[in-house]
Amino acid sequence: MSRALRFAPLVLLVLVVGALLWRLATPADTSVRSGLEGQPVPSFTLDTALSGKPALSSSDLATGEPRLLNIFASWCVPCATEVKVLQELKARGVKVDGIAIRDRPDDLAGFLARHGDPYERIGADPQSALQIALGSSGVPESFIVDGKGIIRKQHIGAIEASDVPAILKELEQAR
Amino acid sequence: MIAEAGLAALWLAAALAALQLLLMVLALRTQIEIGRPMRAVAVVQGMLTIIAFAMLLILFARSDMSVALVFENSNSAKPFIYKVAGAWGNHEGSMLLWVTILAASGAFLGLFSRRASERTLVAALGAQGALALGFYGFLLLASNPFARLVPAPADGRGLNPLLQDPGLAFHPPTLYLGYVGLSVAFSLAVGALLTGEVDSRLARAMRPWVLAAWVLLTVGITAGSYWAYYELGWGGYWFWDPVENASLMPWLAATALLHSINVLAARGALKAWTMMLAVIAFSMSMVGTFLVRSGILTSVHAFAIDPQRGTFLLALLGIYVGAAFVLFAVRGASLKEGAPFELVSRESGLVINNLILSVILGVVFVGTLYPLFVEAVSGEKMSVGAPYFNLVAGPLALLLALLVGAGPLLAWRRERRPVFKRLIIPALLGITALAITFLLAPSMGLLPRLGLLVAAFLAAASILPISGRNPLRAPLATWGMVVSHFGIAVALAGMAANAAFTKERLAIADPGERLSVGPWLVQLESVTPTAGKNWTGIEADLSASRGAGPITLRPQSRFFSDPPMETNEADIRTFWNGQLYSVLGKQDASGAWQLRLWWKPFVTLIWAGGGLIALGGLMALVGRLWRRRRRLAAPESEWRGAGYA
Repeated sequence: MSRALRFAPLVLLVLVVGALLWRLATPADTSVRSGLEGQPVPSFTLDTALSGKPALSSSDLATGEPRLLNIFASWCVPCATEVKVLQELKARGVKVDGIAIRDRPDDLAGFLARHGDPYERIGADPQSALQIALGSSGVPESFIVDGKGIIRKQHIGAIEASDVPAILKELEQAR
Repeated sequence: MIAEAGLAALWLAAALAALQLLLMVLALRTQIEIGRPMRAVAVVQGMLTIIAFAMLLILFARSDMSVALVFENSNSAKPFIYKVAGAWGNHEGSMLLWVTILAASGAFLGLFSRRASERTLVAALGAQGALALGFYGFLLLASNPFARLVPAPADGRGLNPLLQDPGLAFHPPTLYLGYVGLSVAFSLAVGALLTGEVDSRLARAMRPWVLAAWVLLTVGITAGSYWAYYELGWGGYWFWDPVENASLMPWLAATALLHSINVLAARGALKAWTMMLAVIAFSMSMVGTFLVRSGILTSVHAFAIDPQRGTFLLALLGIYVGAAFVLFAVRGASLKEGAPFELVSRESGLVINNLILSVILGVVFVGTLYPLFVEAVSGEKMSVGAPYFNLVAGPLALLLALLVGAGPLLAWRRERRPVFKRLIIPALLGITALAITFLLAPSMGLLPRLGLLVAAFLAAASILPISGRNPLRAPLATWGMVVSHFGIAVALAGMAANAAFTKERLAIADPGERLSVGPWLVQLESVTPTAGKNWTGIEADLSASRGAGPITLRPQSRFFSDPPMETNEADIRTFWNGQLYSVLGKQDASGAWQLRLWWKPFVTLIWAGGGLIALGGLMALVGRLWRRRRRLAAPESEWRGAGYA
């Protein structure tokens, strides 16, 4: 076997390891992003998720001021911690609306009683139909909607306390 | 205490692995005989890892939430079997399983290997120790499975619902056994290159390991394919997903290795090539582990993405494979090729087999990593899908299957008889199959059509090596080859039939509505809520009939709350001539249900074929080990000249 041929595997290995290293250094974004950023919220009307709480429809999201649309569920563990952050946002004057995914009124009432209720309106999405229409792949997830009802930003996963300044800034810009 | 005991066992094992490496250096530098202590160290190292893994199993069985790994991957409400399976259904646990199998293989090598020379065995155990050392480092420094969580939470987070399936509980251990079994072939190759003793003795020492690893890989891939088929609800058996390719690549390399080892064992030829394949086979196991564990490629099997761990694994891969390649480049020149052979001979047949397998391996490797290269060079994102693999690998695989029929009929060194004469009956069968496809399915695609032709030809040709002689006198290893090659024909027939004759029906149906798919008439009776131990769901009640009395299918859609996830449980009914496959989808605004139905004629042949391929390997393994015992008992003259089987 010729010398060059014997060293060929080594050269190939260096190339492959190099490419893999590059990929590790610049990880790809693999999250599912909604194609709706910059687009109006799809038109919808949801029943209320909880008696005594206003229901939610797409017209409620175009009221002239930016709003935070939060997709959550009482059975979702990270949602429980996120609600506390949403409470803080509410205290700072942010209007928060909720969409409860595959939830039951009893569970939801218990959830809000335990963890706090930052929501002005909560719509029920028992089959995840609206969630899918919004291009959301999981709970919790939030959308910043401007005063004209246009989605400005999608936040995947729970909003952490450290995200609050960025969220407030986004809401300010959406004004 | 249990977690601490496990951790201590791991540290001790790591120290012993380092000792193995040192002993190897000592043995190669001097002429001191250290075979016995080396074997003892390898055995103790293996036992320590088994203890560590047992500790992890106990922690999971007890749902000890004070261990971070248990908290993250288990839940006290989970069925017991999935609690235990949770031990390896995660990154740290599966890496511990990996290193346990690696060290246990080393222990077995130390206990039972008497074939390779003592010097080569010592070098191989040193190499095995070096391999293990890197993975211990990875576990102890970057992925400690025994880390405690303070304060201990009340209950855990659960396990990915997709993994809550009996198939998944046993699929990874099977594949890992195969992956890591190849490490022994790697270590033996490295050992032999270090001592310069690449000969038929080495090939015979290596062969049972490669056979065993290959059988387990075959079983793992076949089972994984069936799992994806029924659990993901897509109705397909192979998706060319990067994680699937990660298991296919070592299998392809091991298949080539298995055949070239036979040439080395029987004829002392293909030395450099066989050593190269032994290195590549285990390298592919490591590449596979890296791809799966680093999350570098997006895949339906979404595992954790962690660049830091990825870098660690990549460094290990670079060091081990790089060192082996350097060794190969330096020592390869001194390998003298063995006995010569002519163009038409068993050796040539096996060389062609190796070349085609290597090209397919190259195709899969490039297809799996190409998107990465493109993005590195041009910044553009792209993906390589099933069409590329099917188009390039499909015809090559068909060509290979065609040659598999003829190869075993060739004699070693030089074939004087006209082989084609013996292939007349298989060829006629193949042509008949082709004619039938034109009669029954004139609009069939070219590849499935050729697939059925080759399947019929190979099914007949694969039996030829034992036809015309007393089947009871044929060695078990020959029987194994026949069964494996016949299995290829069976799997091929299943794939071709599935590609050509599958009928699909995707419909929106109200209760009471009837749908037809293939020969079946399916009625949606009702959709009702249902619940399991840790999920709630909805279940459709379908009654299906084709002439005779109706049967009932109950596909489900399940919602898991912890972590939140939705899965589809297909309901599949198997008949002698195919499977009826049903999936329940979403409800639309008007209240009607999405239903997906497939009639898949002869699809089960795919996995039956995979099972036969593995069974053949097992028969060859048993046959070889059994014959070896007899040989050890009998004088050499009795078995010499029995020839390759």
